[in-house]
Amino acid sequence: MQMPRPDPAILSRKTQVVAQLQKVLSDGVVIHDPLETRAYECDALTAYKCPPLCVVLPKSTEEVVAVMKICHAEGIPVVPRGAGTSLAGGALPTEDSVILGVARMNDVLETDYDNRFIRVQTGRTNLSVTGAVEEEGFFYAPDPSSQLACAIAGNIAMNSGGAHCLKYGVTTNNLLGVKMVLADGEVVEIGGAHLDAGGLDLLGLICGSEGQLGIVTEATLRILASPEGARPVLIGFNSNEVAGQCVSDIIKSGILPVAIEFMDRPCIRATEAFAGAGYPDCEALLIIEVEGSVAEIDEQLGRIIEIAKAHDPVEIRESASPEESAKIWLGRKSAFGAMGQINDYMCLDGTIPVSELPHVLKRIGEMSAQYGLDVGNVFHAGDGNMHPLILFDANKPGDLEKCEAFGADILKLCVEVGGCLTGEHGVGVEKRDLMGTQYTPEDLEAQLQIKDVFDPSWILNPAKVFPLEATETRRTE
Amino acid sequence: MAELVADATGPMRIQGGGTRQIGAPVDGEVLSVAGLSGVTLYEPGALTLVAKAGTPVEEIEALLAENDQMLGFEPMDHRRLLGTSGTPTIGGVIAGNVSGPRRLSSVGACRDSLLGVRFVDGAGRILKNGGRVMKNVTGYDLVKLMAGSRGTLGVLTEVSLKVLPRPEAVATLSFEGLDPGLAVPLMSKALGSPYDVTGAYFGPYHYQAPRHLHLRLEGSSASVKYRADALAGLLSGFGAARIERDPDASQQLWRDIRDMTHLAEMPFVTRSSIKPGAAPAFVESISQVWAATHYLDWGGGLIWTAASEEDLCKNAKNDRGDSSEDELTRGAKALIAAMHEAMSFEDGHTTLIKADERVRREMPSFQPRHSVVASLELGLRQKFDPRGILNPGLMGA
Repeated sequence: MQMPRPDPAILSRKTQVVAQLQKVLSDGVVIHDPLETRAYECDALTAYKCPPLCVVLPKSTEEVVAVMKICHAEGIPVVPRGAGTSLAGGALPTEDSVILGVARMNDVLETDYDNRFIRVQTGRTNLSVTGAVEEEGFFYAPDPSSQLACAIAGNIAMNSGGAHCLKYGVTTNNLLGVKMVLADGEVVEIGGAHLDAGGLDLLGLICGSEGQLGIVTEATLRILASPEGARPVLIGFNSNEVAGQCVSDIIKSGILPVAIEFMDRPCIRATEAFAGAGYPDCEALLIIEVEGSVAEIDEQLGRIIEIAKAHDPVEIRESASPEESAKIWLGRKSAFGAMGQINDYMCLDGTIPVSELPHVLKRIGEMSAQYGLDVGNVFHAGDGNMHPLILFDANKPGDLEKCEAFGADILKLCVEVGGCLTGEHGVGVEKRDLMGTQYTPEDLEAQLQIKDVFDPSWILNPAKVFPLEATETRRTE
Repeated sequence: MAELVADATGPMRIQGGGTRQIGAPVDGEVLSVAGLSGVTLYEPGALTLVAKAGTPVEEIEALLAENDQMLGFEPMDHRRLLGTSGTPTIGGVIAGNVSGPRRLSSVGACRDSLLGVRFVDGAGRILKNGGRVMKNVTGYDLVKLMAGSRGTLGVLTEVSLKVLPRPEAVATLSFEGLDPGLAVPLMSKALGSPYDVTGAYFGPYHYQAPRHLHLRLEGSSASVKYRADALAGLLSGFGAARIERDPDASQQLWRDIRDMTHLAEMPFVTRSSIKPGAAPAFVESISQVWAATHYLDWGGGLIWTAASEEDLCKNAKNDRGDSSEDELTRGAKALIAAMHEAMSFEDGHTTLIKADERVRREMPSFQPRHSVVASLELGLRQKFDPRGILNPGLMGA
């Protein structure tokens, strides 16, 4: 992975920069001992590591402002970091960069059930947002798999989704307002507790901008009343095509389940060996969850099962109790861990039109044979958000490169059939060099111009999202 | 289209069906998108539809209806309210981020259903962003930025949308003659329940006039019946709810609320987006000084304010401005100025939807933004429309 050459002038000023930061920040905010900064050398894309110049963990928006003012004046790149769970290398530092982590800013600032929102500092973890409101019967809808650890800051940066997006949308559909520190230290508030932020939709632009337009320190999030209950059904099929057709038929019938999860045989076998959830040994299985009162759930599951029966399922397992529901979800939730047990893996999240599922799964199978690397598929089928897990051996020379080439081919295929490179993980460094397959140079230039407006000196997360050669003149100006 | 824009020598007024003349009037040659028409892709099983920007909304809605699907955000038809004629286009809906009563539910606004755009910017560049899949974080989200930018950043040529299944049944719970002070608390209680309310309207916010509160439930027949009864029980402390179970009656009612048809005779209409709980205080503070009538949609999160000619004449007396102007103009200008002043941009915003052309020319239709936000918006406009030729001034400076 190519990263920009660090600026020697910045490296040589490390002591002065650290002193400058320490002078304006409270005790313990600046971390500069190389032993302590090691924890910040990478995020969840662990294949790439680099020590940063130093790390700052501010305790307030004011401290973030102070950091940005210094870095802006000194021309030092700043890499924003939430909880460091990015699978795309969104928080990967360069040697001359300051890591700005918001993990210590994790307070709930306001909960308002009458107006159905919560205002939090963005270092707060995703799951603990729901945790703060669930006793009152509310929840925060986006639920990325890493929700126990991942921060709202990162959710906003990557516009995170999760399993329940088909009904509730992703982060951008649930974000009402932000307080954000711009590259020059200016603070801006956009949106608030009202449903539609006014003027141009800057809020929509900020969400998913991978920390390149500003540091979001506070977020106003929409919370929803929890449904009375939820229950899944597990359905096994003899082929991926049939399972895909079943998904399409369910959606066409007018039912909108909250989640439709899909697993293929390699993944089913791996999770069975790992978690023993009692899944049937079949080509493909769907886990479909619906919500509502007991009677509403019965009615919806009844209709779904009726549709599934027309597709000759090998097994239909309707949950009858919370224990059975947990067991159905157990395998799905341990899928990543199960694959990780077999070998190292790389997880992609290209998204495709649902109608292309059978074709894309077939092509992935063919490519798997070509590359000689196993791949398991587990994904959000309702919205076409794939998650191929490619297995490789990090200790075997050349395997990582082979895996990356395979991954790139899968993503190109996703774009080719009308989808996109990334549905919820973000571009980061991982997919940076593939942006040209989805966008023309003019499309990319238009996006770079947006960054020019928010961050004219290009100090915020400068080596991410766009191919390095497309940003070089801007970064080195 | 790209050539037309690139070759333009002066300002252009971007037009779809020409049914939503909102914002400052633009003096310039009309650039019509109506010729770019037609649905290019529709996959009911993937809940996605792609259409050229000039496609009539009614054509899209008819096609969706054939498959028991719909545009979830139920775009308002402005013709009755604004007294315009013509054929509303999907591009116009997107450009205005036009969302109906269902905005308050998890369906969200128009922009939340928009998956991808193609457009020509002010420099004549053909650009695309997003796509036709529901999850996409590949690069910056220009899709949202284009929704609601009212043709000031680019001319939409094609849009892709998420569509939704059309509910099998709909019912409306109504409360009559409720004390206005209880309206938002009632709606908040309903919206905080697990019964998935997809419409919450109260109006007029007036202590003397006959007033109505409506709550909408949608879904399968059995589910709607169950939830209507459960919700009526939950809200019984506010009085007995009348339950309308006839779908045609409910649909007509919500179409009228969506289009605000009962304000068609009013010369002055605004929309304010606000925290629902703050709506009563906002309405009361305006009402203390200004003659106007207020209606709440989105559970209080959207305030429609209308003034009759008589109201505007009364309001002119509060105004110390240019007395050579006629009373209607003075009253309208003073009222919109007062509404903009009554709210700071962090708390919400008021948009002038209907007023005399002179008022729209001389007063900002959109809530003035803070300087940092305003300079970001200006910066974006300069990048996408460097010559300032696309609907210049329509959304304000």
